[in-house]
Amino acid sequence: MNEDDVDRIDRNRRHFLTVATAVTGAVGAGFVAVPFLSSLKPSARAQALGAPVEVPIGSMAPGEMIRVLWRGRLVFVLRRSDEMLERLPEGIGDLKDPNSEVVEQQPEYAANATRSVQPEYLVVEGSCTHLGCAPLEDFEVRPAENWGGGFFCPCHGSKFDLAGRVYRGVPAPTNLRVPPHRFVRDDLILIGQDTGAA
Amino acid sequence: MARIEAEVGKPQGGFMKWIDDRFPLTATLKYHVTEYYASKNFNFWYVFGVLAFVVLAIQLVTGIFLTMNYKPAAVDAFASVEYIMRDVEWGWLIRYMHSTGASFFFIVVYLHMFRAMLYGSYKKPRELIWIIGMLIFFVLMAEGFAGYLLPWGQMSYWGAQVIISLFGAIPGVGEALVEIIRGDYSISDITLNRFFALHVIVLPLILIGLIFVHIVALHEVGSNNPDGVEIKKNKGADGVPLDGIAFHPYHTSKDLVAIIIFLMIFSSVVFFAPDMGGYFLEHANFEPANLTATPEHIAPVWYFTPFYAILRAVPDKLWGFILFALAVVLPVFLPWLDRARVKSIRYRGWIYKSALSVFVVTFLSLGWLGTQPADDIYVLAARIFSVLYFAFFLLMPYYTAIDKTKPVPDRVVYHG
Repeated sequence: MNEDDVDRIDRNRRHFLTVATAVTGAVGAGFVAVPFLSSLKPSARAQALGAPVEVPIGSMAPGEMIRVLWRGRLVFVLRRSDEMLERLPEGIGDLKDPNSEVVEQQPEYAANATRSVQPEYLVVEGSCTHLGCAPLEDFEVRPAENWGGGFFCPCHGSKFDLAGRVYRGVPAPTNLRVPPHRFVRDDLILIGQDTGAA
Repeated sequence: MARIEAEVGKPQGGFMKWIDDRFPLTATLKYHVTEYYASKNFNFWYVFGVLAFVVLAIQLVTGIFLTMNYKPAAVDAFASVEYIMRDVEWGWLIRYMHSTGASFFFIVVYLHMFRAMLYGSYKKPRELIWIIGMLIFFVLMAEGFAGYLLPWGQMSYWGAQVIISLFGAIPGVGEALVEIIRGDYSISDITLNRFFALHVIVLPLILIGLIFVHIVALHEVGSNNPDGVEIKKNKGADGVPLDGIAFHPYHTSKDLVAIIIFLMIFSSVVFFAPDMGGYFLEHANFEPANLTATPEHIAPVWYFTPFYAILRAVPDKLWGFILFALAVVLPVFLPWLDRARVKSIRYRGWIYKSALSVFVVTFLSLGWLGTQPADDIYVLAARIFSVLYFAFFLLMPYYTAIDKTKPVPDRVVYHG
């Protein structure tokens, strides 16, 4: 190739071909990336293991709480006593979101005064909405400390009431999350599914 | 042409200059890519180095994704591979890409090595490139062998049993060595665990290091070509070899065509024949390892079979091992076994051309025989071809010295 040839190069054509090749290659690379990225999603086994779990509640005494795992996540099921339910409206002034207005934190059917399907039974994820530690239950009423019973997160000091509602002035931004659930029978809760047959 | 290169390589504005003041990025790109001049008469045989890089990339990426779901434990390994095949989204594709990639790695590397034999690429001054390349080949064999144990199928287990037992043939230290390789009294969970470590960390690291050195050595000396002419002997006024063209964009755009064709063939195998009729993935390996029963017919994967056939042809444990090892190692010495004054087959005489042809037939026949049962007729054939295999290397100093060569031109030429 001599100097004259250089002048005869059709640079527009060359540029078009370069860009066309690069774009085709990029599209191909994009298609190839799909299987690799998809493989990172929960596998069929993970999905099967994440199936809804049944929780028998027939033998629970008022004021008793049990811990269950759904998709490896901790869920609290608390049977609130009448006295506990009566205390729920008391501390409302100190709560960030007393009326459950943050939509993602509970299904529609739990966006009520008790944050539950049946007033007695509270079903919340035992995962602090601050950074995911498991809150401790502390149901003892201590008026001197202005504590009406609820959940306390040992990691960073967030506090929640007996409906999992977060208090003001703590790091957690929102109420504890209510997972999708429904009552199969009066003594059996299905966690992880709220429609269709069990 | 020089003008175009100058524009491409020029530091583009402030950012490149900032980098270049701290790291020789532009200089490195020039030296290895935009101003690395390779002969303009490269042919089909010169694409396999780049293709080996493509397969390496495929193996690294698919391998990383496989380790995310594979479990290197005797009780879990087989099930975790089945889990990848059935439960992980697109897992079957990633696994088949990896298993097919293993075979294609060897196809590409064998062709790459054959290219060196065709055009004398191992001859002075490229002996070291060849030796490093042979080391890469050895590491690749170890990598393939270690990887084949991981699915913990029948062939994984019994294949490893046979090959590891080979080292037991070494007098004195053999049995102790075998125990150290296995880390147990038999091939066990412990062996699987350490082979996993070798396969995913140790050997790939060595492999990548060797490939880096292979390229550095190549770019120091410069690529050979189908004429075996040193293009650096004829330089223009600008110091660029007259017969050389820049690796990028000239050779890269040609390589791109080869890569696309390669990927078409590769994809066809992945999608339509991932086991390649039992050659890429042996059928017995779809059964979990059974420590109480060897499969009726046991053979290594195809890329080991030429050497395996030599091993089996020898009716003695120690000599079988020695000849097997010798067959693998002998090509290292090609630069000194070959006494011809010319590099390329184009200018060699009929003796080398015949010898190389017989060698190709020998290698392929041994490869086929290695997959067959050890019946009398096959063993006899394997013995004949084993003799031919060693004769090709050991007689080379004689027949290449007396072979009548043609005069080599000063500059590269085009043949049709």
